[in-house]
Amino acid sequence: MPLTNLPDAEMQCVELAKLVRPQLQPNTMLVGIHSGGVWVARRLHELLGMTGEIGQIDVSFYRDDFGEKGLHPQVKPTLIPFDVEARPLILVDDVLYTGRTTRAAVNELFDYGRPASIKLAVLADRGGRELPICAEFCTWQVELGDNEELVLEPEVAGRLQWKRVEHA
Amino acid sequence: MLDSLKRNPQLNANGELTHLLSIHGLPVEILTQVLDTASSFLEVSDRDVKKVPLLRGKSVFNVFFENSTRTRTTFEIAAKRLSADVINLDVTRSSTAKGETLLDTVDNLVAMHADMFVVRHAASGAPYLIVDHLYRVGRRDVHVVNAGDGRHSHPTQGLLDMYTIRHYKKDFTQLTVAIVGDILHSRVARSDIHALKTLGVAEIRAVGPQTLMPLEVEKMGVRVCNDLQVGLKDCDVVIMLRLQNERMNGVLLPSAREYFRSYGLTPKTLALAKPDAIVMHPGPMNRGVEIDSEVADGPQAVILPQVSFGIAVRMAVMSILAGN
Repeated sequence: MPLTNLPDAEMQCVELAKLVRPQLQPNTMLVGIHSGGVWVARRLHELLGMTGEIGQIDVSFYRDDFGEKGLHPQVKPTLIPFDVEARPLILVDDVLYTGRTTRAAVNELFDYGRPASIKLAVLADRGGRELPICAEFCTWQVELGDNEELVLEPEVAGRLQWKRVEHA
Repeated sequence: MLDSLKRNPQLNANGELTHLLSIHGLPVEILTQVLDTASSFLEVSDRDVKKVPLLRGKSVFNVFFENSTRTRTTFEIAAKRLSADVINLDVTRSSTAKGETLLDTVDNLVAMHADMFVVRHAASGAPYLIVDHLYRVGRRDVHVVNAGDGRHSHPTQGLLDMYTIRHYKKDFTQLTVAIVGDILHSRVARSDIHALKTLGVAEIRAVGPQTLMPLEVEKMGVRVCNDLQVGLKDCDVVIMLRLQNERMNGVLLPSAREYFRSYGLTPKTLALAKPDAIVMHPGPMNRGVEIDSEVADGPQAVILPQVSFGIAVRMAVMSILAGN
């Protein structure tokens, strides 16, 4: 069934913040996965009135498909502006699919220290997991075809918006 | 003519970088890709665990037919931060001394499952010969990085110099860059000139005595200045070259002291450049020969940051090659 009416991503961020709030500890920090996850993490940070900066992670150096695909042409720096050691972290992404990106992000975080815990927050879960990973916080369960992709875009005026892309 | 030289042997069928032999002939997009990727690697050296798993299980062979502890070490650190296994071969003291040819050495190392060669050779073109040979024997999965060949090229030094310039000056197009010293024997100067041209620098000056200028260097698009004062006037970037001691005893120069008096960078001569000009040097420095200690240790020198950037740039090069 084709997806025609896509939900409002900004409303989903508000909903996600509601889910996350009860689990926040005083020293919890958010870590967004580039690029969509960073945008969502920024929204959550604001909505939850958190202090300190969010972490940003680019998993290109940790991907398991480097052998086939090579290095992503636009790698962004990973920025973790706080001490990870013994800290509860919430990893934020836009879409959860195979779980491979999450695996790479968890591995990368451990190179900064040993966090107390890592929970996963996503706007959309499209199923199709290839690894034993699940999201604690999720606002949207969605089914997509293998040739379909869900892309979060920062629209003009800074409003996040979903876009459905079909691959040939 | 070698087969691989008929086209650009550094690029694969998709136009992606698969060997790094020379900056000459590389499009601006590839130079920018290396610099952008390097900026992401810079942060890895500040982590608790200074490593990413990108080249885990790969073997990088440092094959140095000419001594250079520093360059070899920076490649070794870069490869190790990418989690590769690094094997250092001092070929001058082993196989070559026993009479083995360059390509036999390469074949043996390929049989030991090398994934990448980092090659330093006194003969210009040696890394090209290796790449050509790898194409011939059908080993497109083995990559070559030129770590300096004769007077020809030292592309990773050129790239780290570009990284340094971009870090401090942001935009290349408005810059005047002076390269000072022994241009004739310098592969660094050649690599820098090609890179600066490709990145669109406004003016490149080759500064030094005429005896140390390559023939027809003007054809590379540089302005030749035999007078240091003229060469440094209002420039944004000063790249000092090392004056190799062995040149001193030849006919090209009267003496180190004489050279320092005419071409040494001192606070007084540096004052002719723009007040925010940066001073670079590929190392190792000869204090009191090409550069005064007061400049080398002064606020405009970015010589040590160059070293840190060099690791990130070499990590970027190796990871891009290994993926293509």
